[in-house]
Amino acid sequence: MSSRGKIPHWADVTLVPLFSVALAFALSAVLIWAIGESPWQAVKLMVEGAFGSSYGWGYTLFYATNFIFTGLAVSVAFQARLFNIGGEGQALLGGLGVALICLYIPWPHWSVALIAASLGAALFGAAWAIIPGYLQAKRGSHIVITTIMFNFIAASLLGYILVNVLRVPGSQDPASPRFPSEVALPKLHEMLALVGIPFSTVPPVNIALLIAIGMCFMVWYMLWRTRLGYQIRAFGESEPAAQYAGISPARITIYVMLISGGLAGLMAVNAVMGEQQRLVMNAVEGAGFIGIAVALMGRNHPFGVFLAAILFGFLYQGGAELALWMSIPRELIVVIQALVILFTGALDNMVRMPIARVFARRKRAG
Amino acid sequence: MTALKPLALTASVLALTAGIAQADAPALMFDMGGKFDKSFNEAAYNGAERWRESTGGTYREIEISAEAQRVQFARRLAEAGSDPIVVLGFANEPTLVEVAPDYPDTAFVLIDAVVDLPNVRSVIFAEQEGSYLVGMLAAMATETNTISFVGGMEIPLITAFACGYAQGAKAVNPDINVIVNYTGSTPAAWNDPVRGGEIAQAQFSQGSDIVFAAAGGTGLGVLQAAEDAGLKSIGVDSNQNHLHPGSVLTSMLKLVDQAVYDAFTDGPDMETGVVVMDLAAGGVGYAVDEHNEHLISAEMIDAVEAARAAIIAGELSVHDYRTDSTCPAF
Repeated sequence: MSSRGKIPHWADVTLVPLFSVALAFALSAVLIWAIGESPWQAVKLMVEGAFGSSYGWGYTLFYATNFIFTGLAVSVAFQARLFNIGGEGQALLGGLGVALICLYIPWPHWSVALIAASLGAALFGAAWAIIPGYLQAKRGSHIVITTIMFNFIAASLLGYILVNVLRVPGSQDPASPRFPSEVALPKLHEMLALVGIPFSTVPPVNIALLIAIGMCFMVWYMLWRTRLGYQIRAFGESEPAAQYAGISPARITIYVMLISGGLAGLMAVNAVMGEQQRLVMNAVEGAGFIGIAVALMGRNHPFGVFLAAILFGFLYQGGAELALWMSIPRELIVVIQALVILFTGALDNMVRMPIARVFARRKRAG
Repeated sequence: MTALKPLALTASVLALTAGIAQADAPALMFDMGGKFDKSFNEAAYNGAERWRESTGGTYREIEISAEAQRVQFARRLAEAGSDPIVVLGFANEPTLVEVAPDYPDTAFVLIDAVVDLPNVRSVIFAEQEGSYLVGMLAAMATETNTISFVGGMEIPLITAFACGYAQGAKAVNPDINVIVNYTGSTPAAWNDPVRGGEIAQAQFSQGSDIVFAAAGGTGLGVLQAAEDAGLKSIGVDSNQNHLHPGSVLTSMLKLVDQAVYDAFTDGPDMETGVVVMDLAAGGVGYAVDEHNEHLISAEMIDAVEAARAAIIAGELSVHDYRTDSTCPAF
């Protein structure tokens, strides 16, 4: 991020992403128009479907919760310039942790189970991330390669466990049994009912949303208010300088991967414990990879990650409504999501440079 | 824009078929693999299209792309008044357990799993019986005494295909060598024709000369590899004989399209309960047409037909791997 051009910070975190998203939507509109559908109606459906009712909000926030966890996971690692693209596998293992804790320990109440399951999810996710972390720190195996390979190992491992160990006998669905009803997490509508706000009972958004928001604060505090956070950021800015200052690269690498893997694993609390109430083969379904886009768009800052996660939650839920009520093929919805990722992530400079030029001209004029 | 024209045309056709479906029209919810997987989902789509062409009716259709959408879409379709709602795939068993009781006046149809509710029709197929018959054909046609199987993921449903296939082959020749491999451990294994082709080639190098693919879109690569090697293959679900005439020995038919067509035809007042699509019901079988009739001799047909009659009469029972997770033929 050193080639950032001369843009004020506020413009960097607001103008650039906004322009990028606007461009992505403009191009999407052209595509929708090209297949003979009305872009205006599509946008209306998406916005109304995602934000027009508490039902829509519920699903948007449910998806956003997943993306907050995986986005934070990528962000923390990226602060140390480590590119953890293994969120997918770490979240899968987190799901295994949640399932084992919910299935094999009789919990009297969901609150205790939630604490244990969160710890289990984070522990399993962290354990899965520490191996690539160790290989990077001590053996110099590149983390990008090892984490992405660990995604496949995680999928194979989970497939084996689901088919041979956890599967309900006689069922052909490679999935764990349903968790006991005591560990069902309270849904958002139940929590809002306590303060008298009516909310749709259908969407799976649950208390994990609050954990996700809490994690945003904790990650912010950890990165900018603690010694470890300072070391992580110093290490990310310049490894030789950090080493010169007495920061051990191996130690930071392993710590960062532990935190990152733990955050990715926590996603399972929302998806596995909050929604499905059982462990299925693709419980993560790409949220680990979406997390990379969320982190890129959120500029690796927890607040940015939160906003970007809401945007991607909107794309998921709005896209679902689009698929339901318009004859727009599922593939085109993926294209729209991909355009947003492309413009906010990969084509960042395309938007940044004209904006920097505008600011430079204004500076010269003023 | 020329490249977009066929796309636009397809879209407007789809708009005619799906976009303007009225309430209480039937609906079809595809499973994760997507509508055009050349296999399970596409077979269901073909059944729905056949119903549309023969009755002039309209239906609503939806493809899911996330686990959470299973329940979401099933509910939305029920609330929009679609009836009956056909839901594909065993992964939707919990979906209907959750959704169907809330809409007691809507008929649901689940394909590939059983849900015991008054407003659900559960359609299951006896894949092991169809696989048994094509296993017999493979054992009679092999010249190397070695045949093979390429599955998608190693899940009980697919192992049931492999198990039936091996049982049929060993019924013809107890000493035959049956090689069984699976493509992968993630859902991507259902649509990886390149990997499918590589596995088939590895099996050919081990002496196999006939390969049976039960792997969704991956199977297309398996069939291609067999044709390239001058060997034979067996297709699955739909009749795939025409894909490589002369190389595809036969196809194991699983008539998902018929199940969808029947459900749409029976309409909201259908009989619910469990429907077993086995050999007796004509739900599974093997395909013989002009593309492969020269590959299958009269003696082969006689042997297979005798087995089919014995299975239907209950004199011969094919073990279903799913009942106890073991296979006598492995």
